[in-house]
Amino acid sequence: MVHMDLAQRQLPRSPSRFRWLKRDWQLYLMLLLPVTFYFLFKYIPMFGTIIAFKKYIPKKGMMKSPWVGFSNFQKFLSDPYFYKLVRNTLLINLYSLIFAFPSSIIFALLLNEMRHQKYRKLVQTVSYLPHFISTVVVCGLIINFLRTNGGLVNDLIVALGGNRISFMNEPQYFRTIYVLSEIWQHMGWDAIIYIAALTAIDPQLYEAAHVEGANRFQQMLNVTLPCIAPTVTTMLILRVGNLMNLGYEKILLLYSGATYETADVISTYVYRRGLLTADFSYGTAIGLFQAVIALILILSTNWLGKRISDTSLW
Amino acid sequence: MTGITRVSAKRNKIARMNVFDYLNYLFMLLILFLTLFPLYYCLIVSISDGSAVIRGDVVFSPKGFDLNAYKAVLDNPQILRSYGNTLLYTAVGTSINIFLTALCAYPLCRPHLKGRRIFNAIFLVTMFINGGTIPLYLQVKSLHLMDTIWAIVLPTGINTYNMIIMRTFFSSIPEDLHEAAEIDGASQFQTFVLVILPLSETILATLVLFYAVAHWNSYMPALLYLNSADKMPLQMTIRKMVVDSDIASMTTSSSSESLLSENKIKYAVVIISVLPMLVIYPFLQRYFVKGVMIGSVKG
Repeated sequence: MVHMDLAQRQLPRSPSRFRWLKRDWQLYLMLLLPVTFYFLFKYIPMFGTIIAFKKYIPKKGMMKSPWVGFSNFQKFLSDPYFYKLVRNTLLINLYSLIFAFPSSIIFALLLNEMRHQKYRKLVQTVSYLPHFISTVVVCGLIINFLRTNGGLVNDLIVALGGNRISFMNEPQYFRTIYVLSEIWQHMGWDAIIYIAALTAIDPQLYEAAHVEGANRFQQMLNVTLPCIAPTVTTMLILRVGNLMNLGYEKILLLYSGATYETADVISTYVYRRGLLTADFSYGTAIGLFQAVIALILILSTNWLGKRISDTSLW
Repeated sequence: MTGITRVSAKRNKIARMNVFDYLNYLFMLLILFLTLFPLYYCLIVSISDGSAVIRGDVVFSPKGFDLNAYKAVLDNPQILRSYGNTLLYTAVGTSINIFLTALCAYPLCRPHLKGRRIFNAIFLVTMFINGGTIPLYLQVKSLHLMDTIWAIVLPTGINTYNMIIMRTFFSSIPEDLHEAAEIDGASQFQTFVLVILPLSETILATLVLFYAVAHWNSYMPALLYLNSADKMPLQMTIRKMVVDSDIASMTTSSSSESLLSENKIKYAVVIISVLPMLVIYPFLQRYFVKGVMIGSVKG
């Protein structure tokens, strides 16, 4: 019986145009729910961005609200906050790029130089623990450690003879706090991908370099770095492509009116203006503005990566 | 550590260590310290004597022993309720995640599926282009999901990156197995459930962890979509108590010692919230790494 089935499958009675459907209908059925998910929660919201070009009135709904062309975008470009928001978004990202991005590469390289397998595993395992601690807890720790009364850091400063600093209320410290905590949270985790690339390097290359008389530093420079360069480039493209994107989860928890000057970024402004004051159209327009620039950035860095080093994301 | 051969091997290694190595080990020690100290500090403050904490005596080791903070936390109905909510959201959310992700990933790994490239493109595009916060908010609202568990678990149903990890894994299963199942008369459903899924234990474990941790730690959806205090997840309660220092929410009784032990209670909440993570972490961390490794293969 089974063999009959198979024979029939291989030699269809009628070479129908819909044989593929007959064969794979179960697979398509399986895709039904995922497609519904993507449609409901990804594509409809994508389509929903049309309210950026409308004056959204909740009672009238998305479709019947009147069109207003680009006026929401013009409003944003002339918004007194515009310059500050773009500057803060770019600067925080740029600092992360300069300090946090290389930190995981350096960490992976140094880890790779550790000779005791056991200690290396230990450090590695511990290093990606913070990645799994929630942003809320991390921000709670930052705020409480840096508090002026009873905060560990300020107690330390006083013990060393300094004066208490109100870290969370001084705009000049915000970016440093943000980037340092990013490093604390993600350095170990982000290093995994480099560690994987490092373990894939052929040991013969090192032996050859050793025979040629290269010392360890030269080996790192001439063997290790070229071998992980493609991975670094890929990660760099992703990072640069996301220069305009900045999650607002952490900033929302860390900033306050006192630090808006350096901490307020596009996505937090979208949250405050768009959601808290229910200015949906304006908020959507700002979000769309950010998304378009982000898309241009990632497409162009990907193009550049392809031209320069033959590495690309897709 | 046992046996002479091992010791001598170790000695050999140490003998070859130079200045760079010692600096490197010192540096790694520093990393270990910086990573673990914040959590260690929370732990020792939360179990130390309240007045010693106020005096600032507790820095590197606990002073006295006092579990009052934990008692206060566990007596607090708000914390218990939000802990329960988070457990529920994590369990339901992760189940939905795994179900949808597997359903999505399996068909995409079948090479003969017509329209596979189009499906792939439709799903992958959403990683780079999305509607943004507000259109999603309005969509959740128009589906009448506001202030329900579904607003938390449905919009995050499939993480496309995780889906790719699973697809990559499925693709690595030899085609022969599919053929063998087909010859044995299994339908595509049966092949998937009876042959492929049992072989995918590792990847399922990995993704269960990824999704569960994400649910456990998430607070944005709750902030955006929930209103009722009795539906709030743990992270929202932590935010209120630890980030916003809303002391009134910390204790139910108006005891005078509540002010005294504010710090202790905060850190006790932190410890209680990261405890499940810390307990499972050493056993399961290799799965996390596996996920990244599979995911780093270009999809």
